[in-house]
Parts: sequence; C-alpha cells; structure tokens
Amino acid sequence: MTSLVAILDLKGKPLIQRSYRDDVPSTCIDRFLPLVLEIEEEGQQLTPCFSNQGVNYMHIRHSNLYLLALSRRNTNAAEIILFLHRLSQVLVEYFKELEEESIRDNFVIIYELLDEMMDFGYPQTTESKILQEYITQESHKLEVQVRPPMAVTNAVSWRSEGIRYRKNEVFLDVIESVNLLVNANGNVVRSEILGAIKMKCYLSGMPELRLGLNDKVMFETTGRTSRGKSIELEDVKFHQCVRLSRFENDRTISFIPPDGEFELMSYRLSQVVKPLVWVEAAVEHHKGSRVEYMVKCRAQFKRRSTANNVEIYVPVPDDADTPKFRASTGSVQYAPDKSAFVWKIKQLGGGRDFLMRAHFGLPSVKSGMFGEKGKQDMEKRAPITVKFEIPYFTVSGIQVRYLKVVEKSGYQALPWVRYITQNGDDYSLRTALDKGGAAIVPM
Amino acid sequence: MNVFSRAAPKKGENFELRADLNSEYRDKRKDAIKKVIANMTVGKDVSGLFPDVLKNMQTEDIEQKKLVYLYLINYAKTQPDLVILAVNTFVKDSDDQNPLVRALAIRTMGCIRVEKIIDYLAGPLPETAAICVAKLYDLKPELVLENGFLEQLHEMISDSNPMVVANTVTALADIHASATSQQPSTSSSDPAIFTVTPTILNKLLIALNECSEWGRVAILSALSRYEAQDEKESEHICERVVPQFQHVNGSVVLGAVRVIMIHMRNVTREEFNRQLIRKMAPPLVTLLSSPPEVQWIALRNINLLLQKRSDILSNEMRVFFCKYNDPLYVKVEKLDIMVRLANDNNVDALLSELKEYSSEVDVDFVRRSIKAIGQAAVKIEAGAERCVNVLLDLIATRVSYVVQEAVVVMKDIFRKYPSTYEGVIPTLCLTLEEVDEPEAKASLIWIIGEYANKIENADELLSVFVDTFTEESYSVQLQILTAVVKLFLYKPDSSQGLVQRVLDTATKDCDSPDVRDRAYIYWRLLSTDPGAAKSVILANRPPISLPRTTVPPALLNELVGEISSLASVYHKPAATFIGQGRIGAESVQRRDSAKTALQTVAAGQASENLLDFDDEPAQEGPTGLAATQVLQEPAAKNILSGTSTNPLDDLVSIFGSASLSPPSTLPVGPATPVLDPFRGLSAARPPTGAPSLTQTTSNHQEDLLGLF
Repeated sequence: MTSLVAILDLKGKPLIQRSYRDDVPSTCIDRFLPLVLEIEEEGQQLTPCFSNQGVNYMHIRHSNLYLLALSRRNTNAAEIILFLHRLSQVLVEYFKELEEESIRDNFVIIYELLDEMMDFGYPQTTESKILQEYITQESHKLEVQVRPPMAVTNAVSWRSEGIRYRKNEVFLDVIESVNLLVNANGNVVRSEILGAIKMKCYLSGMPELRLGLNDKVMFETTGRTSRGKSIELEDVKFHQCVRLSRFENDRTISFIPPDGEFELMSYRLSQVVKPLVWVEAAVEHHKGSRVEYMVKCRAQFKRRSTANNVEIYVPVPDDADTPKFRASTGSVQYAPDKSAFVWKIKQLGGGRDFLMRAHFGLPSVKSGMFGEKGKQDMEKRAPITVKFEIPYFTVSGIQVRYLKVVEKSGYQALPWVRYITQNGDDYSLRTALDKGGAAIVPM
Repeated sequence: MNVFSRAAPKKGENFELRADLNSEYRDKRKDAIKKVIANMTVGKDVSGLFPDVLKNMQTEDIEQKKLVYLYLINYAKTQPDLVILAVNTFVKDSDDQNPLVRALAIRTMGCIRVEKIIDYLAGPLPETAAICVAKLYDLKPELVLENGFLEQLHEMISDSNPMVVANTVTALADIHASATSQQPSTSSSDPAIFTVTPTILNKLLIALNECSEWGRVAILSALSRYEAQDEKESEHICERVVPQFQHVNGSVVLGAVRVIMIHMRNVTREEFNRQLIRKMAPPLVTLLSSPPEVQWIALRNINLLLQKRSDILSNEMRVFFCKYNDPLYVKVEKLDIMVRLANDNNVDALLSELKEYSSEVDVDFVRRSIKAIGQAAVKIEAGAERCVNVLLDLIATRVSYVVQEAVVVMKDIFRKYPSTYEGVIPTLCLTLEEVDEPEAKASLIWIIGEYANKIENADELLSVFVDTFTEESYSVQLQILTAVVKLFLYKPDSSQGLVQRVLDTATKDCDSPDVRDRAYIYWRLLSTDPGAAKSVILANRPPISLPRTTVPPALLNELVGEISSLASVYHKPAATFIGQGRIGAESVQRRDSAKTALQTVAAGQASENLLDFDDEPAQEGPTGLAATQVLQEPAAKNILSGTSTNPLDDLVSIFGSASLSPPSTLPVGPATPVLDPFRGLSAARPPTGAPSLTQTTSNHQEDLLGLF
C-alpha cells in the first residue's frame, strides 16, 4: 500500500506524481532529496527505505531518476519496491527509454498508466502487454471505441480470447547466464548459472501447453530413468501463467501462455562452473612512468563450440595515457570513460588461447602522493570482466525434451528450440596485487 | 473560490486556454485539455479553468474523458461547489455499456474526496469496485456501514473470479487497518474488523493459485493473519502455500515465507519444519539476483530469519559474497549475514574474501570488512589465529585507516582470547605513531595497559601520551588514565612518577567530569588500599561473545511475523515509526525524546542528572517500545536501587571483600575499559550490548555517590 507515487529528477524536483490517498501531503516529495542529502552528510547509509516524521520513503533509482513511493502505514515494502521496478519496466517498454524527456513528452499516458497500474495504493494490472492493449500512444486512432481486453476481468488475466494465427508456432530460447568470481590466485570463489526459458508464442485460441525438461527431480518422482544426462535445478521461478501447485505435485510445467514474447521460467544452479572464458592479466607497474599488461585469454570449452562477440574489459588506472596495444587476434580499444581497455574478439574457438599486450604511460606526479599517507597505495582494483555468447550450448546441460500444445480446435503447432550460454552480469576475475616483481617477457 | 473563475483576466495563458476549451472544434478542445494537464503537472495553477474543463467531460472520446477525470481528481478539493456539475456525467458513465468507462467513472468518483459527491455514490455496487468501498470507508465510514457495503464485500469473498476475491481481501484488510488505527481498542464485534474464518480460509487457499501476482500478495498477507485451529490446519496451510516459493515476483515469495514462518510455530513435527526450511533456502538465494533495492529488502529479511532459525542458509555463505558493483547498502548487509553464517568449515573462504574487500576503495566498506574479520575471530575460535594473521597482513599495508581499524579489532580479539596472541603486541606497538583516531588510540592504549607487565617499555610508550594528555579526546583520556594505573599496579617502582603526573593532570586540568571522577576514584583507591585497587582494576574481564540476535526475542517473533513489511526491513516494531492514526508522528517523537534521554542517562553520560531522575522511568510504561525495554529496565532498576539504598554500603561491600561477591556487579565500575571493547563490537547494534553496559556504568555511578 502506498499513498503517493512520484518520479523525481536528480535534483529532487517531481516530474510527475500521482496521489492515491490523501494521508500524505505532496509537500513530502520536496522533502525527499534534502533528507537523502542529510543522511549522506551524516555519514549514514542511504537505504532504499527510510522513515521521517511518520512518513515512510521508499525509492529506487532508474538511470537519472528517482521513483518514489510514500506511505504512513507499516506497508509491504517488498511489494512497493517491486511495483516501482515494474513501473519503470512498463514505462521503458512504452517509451524505449525512461528519462526526464520521455516523461515530459508522455505525461498524459503516464498518468493513465499510473491510474491503471495502481488503485487506492494497491498494485493492479502491471503486465505491459495487457496494458498496451488498451492504453495506446496513438490516441488519435481511437475512432473505434476501445474496450478493455477481457483479460482485465478474466480468470486468465494474461491472455485475451479470440487470438488467431495462420501458422501456429512456438519459439523457445534457453539462455544461460554464468556468474562467476575468480580469485587473484586463480580459484573460483563463487559461481552460479542463471537460466531463463523465453518463449515467443504465436498460437491461436486458448492453448494448453506442457513443457518437459530433463529435470532430475521429475525423473525421480515419476520413477522414470532418463536417457542421457539429467540436471538438478536448484530454484525455479515461473511466469504467473504456470500452475504452481501442479509443479509442486509432480513437476509438470503446464500453462496457458500469454500471447507473444514472455519469460516462461527462470532457474538457478550453483554448481561449480569451470570458467568458460579464462582471462589472466600480468601487470607490471613502474611507479611514476608507465604500466604494462599482458593478458592471456583461453576458451575452456569443447572445440566444436565457438564464443561470439567476446569482450574483455581490463581496468587501468584513471590517469593512464598514451595507450599502445598489440594483440594476437581481435582488436583492442582504450575506453577512458570506463577506466579500462577492451579487447574484442569476434569469434573465439573452443580450446584456443590468445595473448595481448598493452602499454600505458602514467603521470609522474600523483595527486595523492603528498596527501594522506598510504592513500596512494589504495588504487582502485576493479576486477576484469568478460562478455561473451556461446550459441548451441548450455553449461548446465539442460534440454527441452518436449513441448506439447493442445487446443480444442486440434491444430498442429511447431516448437522451435534454441540454446545459448552467455556471461551473467557478474562474470569477473580479480587481478593479482602486483608486486612489481616478475618482469613481463617480450612476446 | 478561486478569483480567476469570477473575474478572469483578458490575457495570459489561461485566457487563451479558456478560449480553446470552449472552441467549437473537437481537436482544439482536446489539445487545450492536454495543455491544461501539462501545466498542472509542472505545478502551475490551472484551477481557474475548472468550469471550462468540466464542460468537456461529456464526450465519446475516452482519452479526453480520462484527461478531464484526471483534472477533476486534482482540483475537486478546491472547487467543491462546482463538482456537483460533474455528478450527472458520473452517474451516466457508471451505467455505460463500456466496462472501461464504467470502471473509470467509479474509480474517479471514489478518488474525488468531496463530501457532496458521496451521497450520489450510494448506489448498488458493481462487483469489480471492491476497492471503492475501502476508499469510501476512508472518507465516511458510517455510509459504508449504513448501506451494508461491508456485508456485500464479505459475500464477494466467495466469488468465483479469483481477481474479485483478491481485490475484496485487499479492501477488507484496508478497512480493517483504518478501523484499528483510528481507535485501537475496537472490539471484535465491530463489522469493520476483518477476521479470517475457516470458510474464508478455504476460499483464499483456492484463489491463491489462480489470481494475479499482486492478488497473491494480498491473499498471503490475509493468510498470515489467520489463527489456525489446530496443528493439522497449520500444516495444511503450509503445504498449500509452499508452491508460491516458485513465483517470479519476490514479494509473493516473501509473503509465502511470512505465512510459513507464522504457521510453522504451531507445528510440532520437527521433520516437517525442517523440510519447509529446506525449501525456503533456494528462493531466498534467488532473490539476490534481483535489482539492488529488492536485494536489500531480501537481505534485511534474511538477516531476521537467520536470527530466528540459524539453519536456513547454513551452506550458502558464498552467495552472499559482495560483487564489485553492489551498492554500499547491499554490501553492508551482506557482510553482516556472512559473519552470521560463518562456521569452522567456511571461515577460510570468508577470510580470504574479507581480506579482498579490505583493499577496496570505499573507506567505509573497508572498515566494516575489517570489523567483520574481528567478529569472525570472536565467533569462531578455530579460525581466530587465521583472522589474526590476516589482520597482521593488513597492518603491514600501512594504509592509515586500515591500520587503525585493525587495531580496534585486535583489541576485541585480546578481550576474547586474553593470553593467546601476546606475540603480536610488538607489531601493534609499532603502529603507535600512525594511529590518530580516538577509537583506535583508545584501543591501543587499552592493550598497552592490559599487558603492561609484558611490555618492557610500556612506561615509555604511555608517558608520551601522558605528555599530551589534555589534547586527547575524552575516551582516550579515560584509557590513558586506566592504562597508567594498571602499569603502576604491575610495576609500582618504575612508574610512580608517571601515575602521579597523570592523576594530577586529570584532576586539575581536565574539563570532563567523567575523567576527573575516575581519576579521583583511582587516586583514593590507590592511597587507601592498594590491594583492593589491584583486585578491582586488574580483575578478570567477563568474556565477550558475538550476540546471536540483534533484537530481543519477543520483538524478533513479532518481526518475523511481519516479513516483507517496513517493520521487518527496519528491524523495528511498527509503533516506533508510524503513529496512531494521523497525529502519530508527534507522539512517537515525544516518546523518542524520552527514550533518548533515558539512554543518555543510562549510559552514564550525565551523572549530574542522576539524583533527580527518579520519576522519569516511571512515566515510561510498557508502551510498545519493546526494543528499548531491555535496555531500560536494568538501567532504571539499578539507578533506582542505587539511590534508594545507602550507596556507601554498596561501596563497602565491594571493597570490603576481595572476592567481589555480588555477581551482577562483577565488572566493577572503575574498570570501564570493559565497556569499550564491547562497544566496539556492537557499535552498530546497541540494544544487545547495552544491558551489561548499563549495569556497569550505573555501578560506576553508585560508587561516585558513595565517594562524594
């Protein structure tokens, strides 16, 4: 429950606001940023929720905006914070980018959305696909009266009736993102696989779908033995269309899908993953003159697979200059805005390894040198991060065994499945503290 | 009434808009409305255009209708008389064929919070407008009761459409909340009270699997209010709710966790409970892949859950390792949880991770990481030595704030393992010149004093500090004083001059009453009975340990029952941050100030106030400040008893027998260094550390009273 939702710019000025109850005056919005600054000035932790004079401020950041919700009650904080995230998602889907300008340009539609997505402070329909069916940007087209999609009042709130396709097709994308953290001495400290099954559904009518995976628990409960490998999913999350109680009972994934594109399920495995793309960097620091890097990159997967669009980000000191690069493959660029250089390899074959060298100049005088003692040693040591994509391959070995489509008209539908493995948002390898010792041998 | 509507100016933007609003062309009128709304959004006053905008309400164009409604919602309050003009259209719209128009009209009517319009609202209710009843109740409860809307709502729980059920539950819960917040003593016969009965329970459990995500959140919070009849029913509820762990929406997951934590209390089958706990872990871990704000809420709640059931995530410490780009508020919570999950098996992984964090750039985070190393050492005896080695490595970096924090942490380790790590003392002494923060300085001096008999040049080291005594901060002064006295007791021959000098300076040139008083006590102790002084000042310190909970057990139970709410996120009972009804904030503040006054006194900061303090604790009834209660009680009791009995007796009984008989007063007053390590450990969470802290200080004060 929330009394007021507002979107603020970085200066704390409200761009748009909608009050759902009048127990919180809108003057509280103006108090938000001063409070934030006050908390930061006092050296305290700024947290997403805080309370001041009986009003609770819950906020999230989205690029250069604050999305803020206010309440006087002991409200469900998880619900409200998630609602704010959902709101930002919906607005992004409507306007591509959510920023000051797009809000100013579209305030009418945002008011409408705020009105539909929340009533009296309680979240309502937040599925952007459903919303898009009756809140549209091309308002001048409204010669025909819009009626609310049945979905809003329907028992199946995510799918409208009467959908028709000439060719009935389903596309499944199994995408696995690998998050991993490698220590400076080369040990994998933490690794997890975040998987998602995305669906593009072009099916007529109200089809019933059933998805079969090589899920170990399912094989065990049904007493069947699997041919080949089965995998143990640690935690599975489903789109709201999936019948959770059936999954709980016999691990069957059955559902009536929404129309078009959506994420059917996501899962997590925390098995130990060998780093698919291994990177190590030897750094040689010559204080006050230059710094040299030797980066080694190895593809640690089978030969028949290839990693595409590999990008390796190696952090360098903020004040590095005059970059010089030499790479045995791909191209290298300096990205001063990220304080890093990027080594891009279009295609990295399995089992291959490559080398690259970088050389940077450093200013001879450092700002911190004459300041606080010891400060100059604490250089920012961001980890190396890697981006990649390996098609036709999943690390976990998950497989779609079948996808059954049943509709009362009895049409045949074609399922297509694609697999891909990529980096997660935290695929990082820590660099060793350089001791200034081992000199880098020339190539 | 606004001036503009009477005598409108003949020029300006509003004038032009007015002309456009009354234009004969539809497009022009619509554009004008848009401009009006745009002005409204940026905060310009367009209330003067009220009648002109209102004219455009009757339209087939649904977008235009929405805009006009939007305008109405904003300005109805300023123009209560004119709103009547809108009622006709509203009534007509609420009978419209198009359900979209119907819903819009009803919703808007509910939003326009003007008394006059309510009389028109009291028609039969469409089923989808459950929330509208809650709106109406908020404004005029009698009307809802008179028209029997509440009964209608209760019937709607049996509706076949799960969405209707969910919205009905939302409305009933909201009415319940506003009814109880206005008059807390409402009896259960009040129709506004929403009690979940066994029949409702079944309806809810069925609807739970069918409705939208936010509906599930509402139903789950209703389920958490249900009081199960017997153990079987509790088990049944748990079984039906467990599938919700698989929901993609984090608030549904947390809602399910809450229901299960509540109903699990009634279940005695340990095996069943263990299974539930096992199923709870993976979804909680998955919440850590959400956006940072959601992660933070999850982490705060996980922290609570771990205090309640330490076995929940026992094998999952690695998932809490901080990512380089995590915001600081997430990292801080993760650190806390990592220490909670530390055990003999994973302490190595934890330490190498904490060491890594200690070389990051953010000073605050680095300090907290070092603190966590100390906490791990205190918690896990088997890992203590490795912790000390890591700390020594950190001290070797010579980075100022790292060294200082490490010194503070070392002191805690000395408190826990008094005679194990004496070997590192020389290394610590070498940092003496770099340490400049009061806390670190005080810690180092405490260590020197504590081990004065083992450090050969302790007198040299301390005499440097005695020279600059008056320039130090009070906490450091107190430590210098105690350390020198300890040194004197260990080595009376070599340091007589030093102790004389420090007592002299402390009693004459120091402006802090605490320092002066302590100096006087030491002086008197030393001059009257050095034997007693020895047994007091060099007494064994009670061992410290890491508190397993940061909130008292009763409050913990309450908070676990409110998982995912603000109370569980703040780790504070709701009464401390929301008021009763709408005037609450002030009364809470008032209570807060009373609370802080009490705490200051209890902490012994204001010994002067001690005598006229009798009546204050009495005012503080059991008014729901459960968090502070633990802290207040012993403090108040001690102070009260201290003033009522003859304080001299206490003193005599303490000093008379060398064995320091009363166990509760074991950490005797003057030995206040006892406090500081404790404070260092629990700085972030005062309530748990506080009881013993207050005991010792109040004793300290009793002693004072006796002396003067």
